[in-house]
Amino acid sequence: MNRPSLGLKIAALGGLAFLHVPLLFILLYAFTTEEKSYAFPPPGYTLKWFGVVWGRADIWAAVGLSLKVATIATLIALVLGTLAAGALARAKFFGREPISLLFVLPIALPGIVTGIALRQAFGLMEIPFSFWTIVLGHATFCIVVVYNNAVARLRRLSPSLIEASMDLGADAFQTFRLVVLPNIGTALLAGGMLAFALSFDEVIVTTFTAGQQSTLPIWMLSELIRPRQRPVTNVVAVLVILVTFLPILAAYYLTREGGQARGAAGTGK
Amino acid sequence: MSLATFDLPSPREGALRRFSDLLLRRGHLIVLLLLAPPLIWLGLVYLGSLFVFLGQSIFSIDEFSGTIVREPTTATLLELFRPANFDILMRTVGIATAVTLLCAVIAFPIAYYAARYAGPRAKAAFYLAVMMPLWSSYLVKVYGWKLLLAKEGAISWFAGRLGLDGALDAWLSLPLVGGPSLSVSYTGMVLTFTYLWLPFMILPVQAALERVPASLIEAAGDLGAGPGYTFRSVILPLAMPGVVAGAVFTFSLTLGDYIVPQIIGTSALVLGQAVYTLQGTAGNIPLAAAFSLVPILVMALFLTLAKRTGAFDAM
Amino acid sequence: MHAPAPTSAVPAVRFAGVARHFGAVRAVDGVDLSIAPGEFFAMLGPSGSGKTTCLRLIAGFEQPDAGHIEIFGETVEGLPPYRRPVNTVFQDYALFPHLSVGENVAYGLKVRGVARAEREKLAREALALVKLAGLEARRPAQLSGGQRQRVALARALVVRPKVLLLDEPLGALDLKLREEMQVELKSLQRALGLSFVFVTHDQGEALSMADRVAVFNEGRIVQVGPPETVYERPANRFVAAFVGAANVIEPDMAVALGAASGLYSLRPEKIALLAPGVPAPDGAAAIEASVVDVSYQGAVRRLAVRTTAGVALTAAVPASHRAPASGDSVRLAIPLGALMPMEAET
Repeated sequence: MNRPSLGLKIAALGGLAFLHVPLLFILLYAFTTEEKSYAFPPPGYTLKWFGVVWGRADIWAAVGLSLKVATIATLIALVLGTLAAGALARAKFFGREPISLLFVLPIALPGIVTGIALRQAFGLMEIPFSFWTIVLGHATFCIVVVYNNAVARLRRLSPSLIEASMDLGADAFQTFRLVVLPNIGTALLAGGMLAFALSFDEVIVTTFTAGQQSTLPIWMLSELIRPRQRPVTNVVAVLVILVTFLPILAAYYLTREGGQARGAAGTGK
Repeated sequence: MSLATFDLPSPREGALRRFSDLLLRRGHLIVLLLLAPPLIWLGLVYLGSLFVFLGQSIFSIDEFSGTIVREPTTATLLELFRPANFDILMRTVGIATAVTLLCAVIAFPIAYYAARYAGPRAKAAFYLAVMMPLWSSYLVKVYGWKLLLAKEGAISWFAGRLGLDGALDAWLSLPLVGGPSLSVSYTGMVLTFTYLWLPFMILPVQAALERVPASLIEAAGDLGAGPGYTFRSVILPLAMPGVVAGAVFTFSLTLGDYIVPQIIGTSALVLGQAVYTLQGTAGNIPLAAAFSLVPILVMALFLTLAKRTGAFDAM
Repeated sequence: MHAPAPTSAVPAVRFAGVARHFGAVRAVDGVDLSIAPGEFFAMLGPSGSGKTTCLRLIAGFEQPDAGHIEIFGETVEGLPPYRRPVNTVFQDYALFPHLSVGENVAYGLKVRGVARAEREKLAREALALVKLAGLEARRPAQLSGGQRQRVALARALVVRPKVLLLDEPLGALDLKLREEMQVELKSLQRALGLSFVFVTHDQGEALSMADRVAVFNEGRIVQVGPPETVYERPANRFVAAFVGAANVIEPDMAVALGAASGLYSLRPEKIALLAPGVPAPDGAAAIEASVVDVSYQGAVRRLAVRTTAGVALTAAVPASHRAPASGDSVRLAIPLGALMPMEAET
């Protein structure tokens, strides 16, 4: 039982390859000379699509919007998620369980349900679709990522540290600033990065809460449905992989001590 | 042994410090103040809008004017059982089931290897190898499969090189799973979904397997059980909560998706697409709400069953 | 039963009828006490007896459900911890892991707005007091358990508390270190002239360090007094058993020994072995017993015996004596003056 059988090895490595090979093909097709089809193998290789992307104003507008949305949605999620974690990490009161369920709901329900519900709510409240409706939609499902990370870290924080701070003369706000925040800082940073990656990548809820504006995923979706210059989409996809991989990698290293990255099982579309 | 005499200054008194006094005197106030902002958004606006949307499933649509008739009726809910709509539901549940089974089969060896044989370094590598695809862009992943599945794409090319193009054509000519090409077939759709949700299956199964003590497996061996019997009678039952937890994700994520079927798939609608068209071009919000209730109810049922197997400890 | 507090104008800490309940659990159930300035006061009891909750009530981490608490004559109910002139050394030390040792010690000064140079000087001085000079730049994680404990002590003392609270501060240390720290804490307390309130479940620790000991059981103080009194004259069956395992003499046995009917305690070391044929000395009763078990404990041998009337007793005799073996019949001398009356039980 101490050595894996050959069959198990092949199955495990095959499974991992299955997870990664499609991403390699995206990279490969970013250099193809063929722009009308997905012919394999590519008839030739070129770097010109990177130049084309550089010159495309619509792509840069979408990137800019996505970055702005992700930044602000992450900030809102950081504030609300930390507040919620502070209230629920140690509190024991009736209604605690339903409230934590409520935080998970936006990513537990199909994105399309959340999207339509929010679209209708904005309609009822007569809020015109704008940058801010996209941000609010994203913040809704980003809260849980921050919340999960912060709750996990707060539960590991010894309660006597907070008592010691107050014992030494610090009031509740000084204690938060000087003791709690420094000790949950990396967890918040990790949660914030994951929230950023989630927002930067979101397409379903955005479809319903965006007006005429196009975030990067919306731009990409339209390219997938009606392809024009196919390799351009590949170049953008490669850039997206880089922009989302880095924060995820950073979040992994930030939360690694004492457990695996929180909130992993619990995200999706 | 002594300390110098020293007049300790009093801390600055201010509004914040007096507010802090109040918070500490009333322990519930602090919880309330912390919870209020997230609860106002999620509890009031978000939950409220969910209820408003889903609640419209008891209204109906006026066939001529296309406006919503705000009178309670079961007509819209019953419409789900009309053959055309019921087909959509069955098709979606069928795809979700196939995706879940396929995910479980592919995930198990990875999770088993990582849980039982990988050292600490290999385990970290495994974890990252699963986390990276999990968190990388959804659309990019879908796009990757569009490239692979295309008629002129890599899978067809490799099949041709390996002399398997005949087998591929034979598979595509089968009813139900086949189609003009992989990218316009249920096979392609199920493969893409499986790929998208696989990490959600690997992580809980691995977590469940980590909790199977090695001594238990050795004990089974000591008692004369062969590897196959040990696997079936010891490992599989103990891993089951993890599989169920993973299935909660793979099943629910497939039920709600409408983008993959739009990009890869046949012209026959699945549930997500139906909701999307109903709320958009068709403007039939009541029926869209009725359709949306299905995945929510299915998942509620699934979760109740999952809770009994102890699947939540594996999440 | 509550011994009067040492005479002093204003007690450092005073409890009057203090109660603290957690749901149905009466953690502290009507406690009165008075701790004098400069006193080393131990709260002794098994876990769950309410001693730690009493400490937390003084510190302000808990608020009483009933009763009245004063620190140096000032009412403190409702005051948060940061408004009380007391400081705590925590059981797990509660050093801030993100701050250096120097910053930990200076924390209380920083939140009071003391300038950096001044607070660094005071922190250095406090660290020197606990013999940790020069370790300012270390992180708490780099210190040994004993060093962490000293940092916690320096951090509490640097803000000049009027009362220092110590919650099982020696619990996590090994035996040798614990004995060293007992001596050191005691001399530190003498030198600073501060009131120390010390919570422990270790009776040896309480008896050797404290000026007075309060014994807790089930949320109440069952006896308070100097160590000698608590040890020699336990007030009731609980104290007799918890503080140094004294024998309890039931009324019928007391009568059989020739004393007045009543409940008594009897220290094991007061019982003497009689050589065969030697009569009991004046004022002592002789009884026959058989030895059930003998255990050697260095200076003494502890004999578990059973009298002919069937009563189990423990005797501690000098180890230099010839030891009886299990099953031997022995004669024991019990000096009647060593029988200490205890509270009658209702």
